[in-house]
Amino acid sequence: MTVKGGPVYKGIGKVPDRALFLLAALIYVFLYAPILVLIFFSFNSSRSTQVWTGFSTQWYGELLRDDSILAAFKNSMIVGVSATAIATVIGTFTALALARHRFRGKTFADTAVYAATVMPEIVVGVSLLVFFVAIRFPLGITTIIIAHVAFTISFVTIVVRARLAGMDRSLEEAAQDLGASPVQTFLRVTLPLILPGVMAGALLAFTLSFDDFVITFFVSGVGSSTLPLKIYSMIKFGVSPVINALSTVVLIATMVLIFGGSRIFAGKEDA
Amino acid sequence: MGEEKRGWTLRLAGLLTPVTVWLGLFFLVPLLLILAYSFGTSGVYGGITLGFNPSNYLKVFEPLYLEIIGRTFVIAGLNTLLCFALGYPLAYFIVFKGRRWRNALILLVMVPFWTSLLVRAYAWVVILSGNGIANKTLQFLGITDEPLILIFTPQAVLMGMVYSYLPFMVLPLYAALEKFDTRLKEAAQDLGASRWHTFWRVTFPLSMPGVIAGSILVFIPSAGEFVIPDLLGGSRTVMTGNLIQTQFGSARDWAFGSALSVMLAVLLIGAIMFYIRRVGTDKLEGM
Repeated sequence: MTVKGGPVYKGIGKVPDRALFLLAALIYVFLYAPILVLIFFSFNSSRSTQVWTGFSTQWYGELLRDDSILAAFKNSMIVGVSATAIATVIGTFTALALARHRFRGKTFADTAVYAATVMPEIVVGVSLLVFFVAIRFPLGITTIIIAHVAFTISFVTIVVRARLAGMDRSLEEAAQDLGASPVQTFLRVTLPLILPGVMAGALLAFTLSFDDFVITFFVSGVGSSTLPLKIYSMIKFGVSPVINALSTVVLIATMVLIFGGSRIFAGKEDA
Repeated sequence: MGEEKRGWTLRLAGLLTPVTVWLGLFFLVPLLLILAYSFGTSGVYGGITLGFNPSNYLKVFEPLYLEIIGRTFVIAGLNTLLCFALGYPLAYFIVFKGRRWRNALILLVMVPFWTSLLVRAYAWVVILSGNGIANKTLQFLGITDEPLILIFTPQAVLMGMVYSYLPFMVLPLYAALEKFDTRLKEAAQDLGASRWHTFWRVTFPLSMPGVIAGSILVFIPSAGEFVIPDLLGGSRTVMTGNLIQTQFGSARDWAFGSALSVMLAVLLIGAIMFYIRRVGTDKLEGM
């Protein structure tokens, strides 16, 4: 082991490489096997999520006939779209302020933005519940949207800011030198340049909102169940292939969104 | 000049007002509110009387609750270690051995990262349940004759956690290793360092920002986790998150729940600060 020199090390190179390859392969199996098993049994013909009895799409049919699931999906879409729209605008503004301006309290603002991302979700959830109850604001779709905006602003800010950091400022200066107003400069120069970052931030915000369970759990009211809340109550009720089918739909929807999103930005990102 | 400066200030105010109002009102004020509530007294019917009552914090030290808090930090710590032990070799493999599949390989790590935590926890509920695939496999392999109790154990919670949080570790490690200049490795080896030496003296220290970011991204949410222990731990593997949820749910002891939340937040922030001081001398770039 302690011998120095060529021959000893030439030989051992291959072994760790193979071990590394094997470990990586096993980790990928670990990451994907449970999801694949889940999807597989959503097509089972019996109620079992364990024993394969034949192919069927009946559980997907059952999904479509379940009004409470459709209502939850609708709520999730309303919340996701509204929260994303608001958080994207506020987050982009914040990123612009943090990237382009020097001001007193900037370190504090920076810290606050990051703190909002590392604060445990359960703490954010219960504190918002306490807050809404204290001001007697009825829990429902509105409180869910407010909460989702609060926890996604920081993520949008971080993504947009990263884009701004890599941007050439001379273009904006040139526009202003040529007589463009700050608003014109922003709309005609800055915004098109940071748009991939803004879109990526929006996509992240939507996914976080659409998948959020913990915070939503605390700030939702009667009749404002979102899809994750619905899935949770179904799991609590008992394992069923309908949950597998619903999970499959959620997984595929998220993947389509990500792949579609990354395809759209891929071209622009290189520019 | 004065005019321009005024416009600049106005613009800055315009950009910062929305975030200040939103995060101030819906993040900071609620946190201050639970801080106030944590010193209050819960009424029998769930109401709360404000005051300066330290008993909610003293209650944390009762053996039952100390055990739950201890378990939370042990599970979150083990989860972080396991994610690191699996995640580092994986990130290293993708960056240095992935060759032309590098992007595809990292994308494969990102997909679970983007998908619902709840759905992924459910997958393990199905796998670990009494007559689930895990038990079938064990019986098939002859390891056991009778189905074992796999779900509702600390091990099941840990399994679900590692599964859920592994991508949170791999992604920052990947980002840190990707920036690594391989010429440094070559230089070290040219100067006679063994592969092992090169790794520990050159590659690993340079990937430290990724290690720190990954550990924080795994440790914090897993210490506050409530879904995974709820679904995979049952009533026997309760964590702080579940304890907090119970206070705001069936127990209706908001003062104690607030004290637990404040304590969790303070402990976690303290842990991060301590950790960054100890491990990272560098600024946390790219976090």
